[in-house]
Amino acid sequence: MGALMLDVRDLSVTLGGRAVLDRLSLRVNKGEFVSILGPSGAGKSTLFRVLTGALRATGDIRMDGAPPRGQPFAFMPQRDALMPWRRMIDNVTLGLEVQGISRAEARARIAPMFAEFGLDGFQRHWPHQLSGGMRQRAALMRTVVQDKRMLLLDEPFGALDALTRAGMQRWLKDRWQAHRWTALLVTHDVREAVTLSDRIYVLSARPARVLHEFAVTGDLHRLETEILETLLEGDA
Amino acid sequence: MRALPVLVAVVLAWELYARLSGIPPQILPAPSRIAVQAWLQREVLWQNTLPTIRATCLGFAFSTVLAFLLSVLLDFARPLRRALLPVFVISQTLPLVAIAPLVVLWFGFGLAPKILLVALVTFFPMLLALIEGYDSTEPEIEALLQSMGASRAKVFRLARLPSALPFFFNGLRISITYAVVAAIFAEYAGAVEGLGIFILNAKNNFRPDLVLAAVGISSALTLTLFALTRAVQRIVMPWAR
Repeated sequence: MGALMLDVRDLSVTLGGRAVLDRLSLRVNKGEFVSILGPSGAGKSTLFRVLTGALRATGDIRMDGAPPRGQPFAFMPQRDALMPWRRMIDNVTLGLEVQGISRAEARARIAPMFAEFGLDGFQRHWPHQLSGGMRQRAALMRTVVQDKRMLLLDEPFGALDALTRAGMQRWLKDRWQAHRWTALLVTHDVREAVTLSDRIYVLSARPARVLHEFAVTGDLHRLETEILETLLEGDA
Repeated sequence: MRALPVLVAVVLAWELYARLSGIPPQILPAPSRIAVQAWLQREVLWQNTLPTIRATCLGFAFSTVLAFLLSVLLDFARPLRRALLPVFVISQTLPLVAIAPLVVLWFGFGLAPKILLVALVTFFPMLLALIEGYDSTEPEIEALLQSMGASRAKVFRLARLPSALPFFFNGLRISITYAVVAAIFAEYAGAVEGLGIFILNAKNNFRPDLVLAAVGISSALTLTLFALTRAVQRIVMPWAR
């Protein structure tokens, strides 16, 4: 496992007078896939909003040992957030376009990657013409091509049916083993977290703090049960 | 297209009633008489239709540009929105009957008062549609763009503006159905030529057939403009086909 990359310490957020995050601490190493599991509405998405700079918080965030400069994260929001008015290829290049890269260059740069994401031949399709799984892969491709230090995935498969979701998880695991992207995944699906991650943080209900940290090794079924018990017991 | 049989039936019933009831054509002309008289007067009708088309199109273009510019301003300056929107709502409560003669009094018999009156009537629905359209933007898409480091202006151009397009075209279609009527009313209140003047003269000469011929032209104009907005929408929003 690589060196420590993201180091979050004692992160607290209050929204509208209510504490959402309570001294939350977590770390992600380079090349590591870490999941954050928690009950619905626990504040998992809030953590991402803090990391991407959309929300202020107290506490300390360090990236490679220093406060993050620029935007080190590529963010994949809940659902796919594809723009219906852009063709698939123009959705995928969105991040590069925002960075000021010309459309032609952005397209050239991502062209070889469509096959890997199972999207070759669909570049000119509108999002509504794609299946749920394809939309998610396009959204993931849009995240990856930004070439950031770390991926933030906010319940990427939440809107998919169970079968498509399982297929996507398997596909993502393969992709991830090939590329060793560093990723932080937010989910409330225990099996998804166990399938994809190296490590799992289990959060409490609001205000969210870390209840337990699990390394994904050994008997995965037992691990799943353990995690579920931790989630169900909560603060008790 | 489904409306066609209904229209034909109404015209036929009207024709029969006008012919069989014995009501004189000076009171209720039959559709056939309207058509014949319109054809006989086609040159005068056409000469009076052109200024109306001009006033409608210029007024509507002016109104659209104004609504767009103001909507952008109000999207970036929220406090201004709260201050100005009530003023625009008030502008919609002014009765055209009272305002039209005043605008003619202030701006004369030329094109200016017509443009202003068409704009007054059509401006607000488009402004409101645009503002609501901007606010309909998916929060996830905005969060995504912000995470990519997009400025407020970029978020507007890449997300808020395209999100507003379907709303804008709805507003455009509502507005355009008022535009021709507003132009005719403006002419009615004071003009040298135009369908409004034609209607006024026909009425004063006890020619309901010619009044109705002008009404028919007005409806045809509105329907054409309505169809045009659909065509433009198809070109501007190819993903929604």
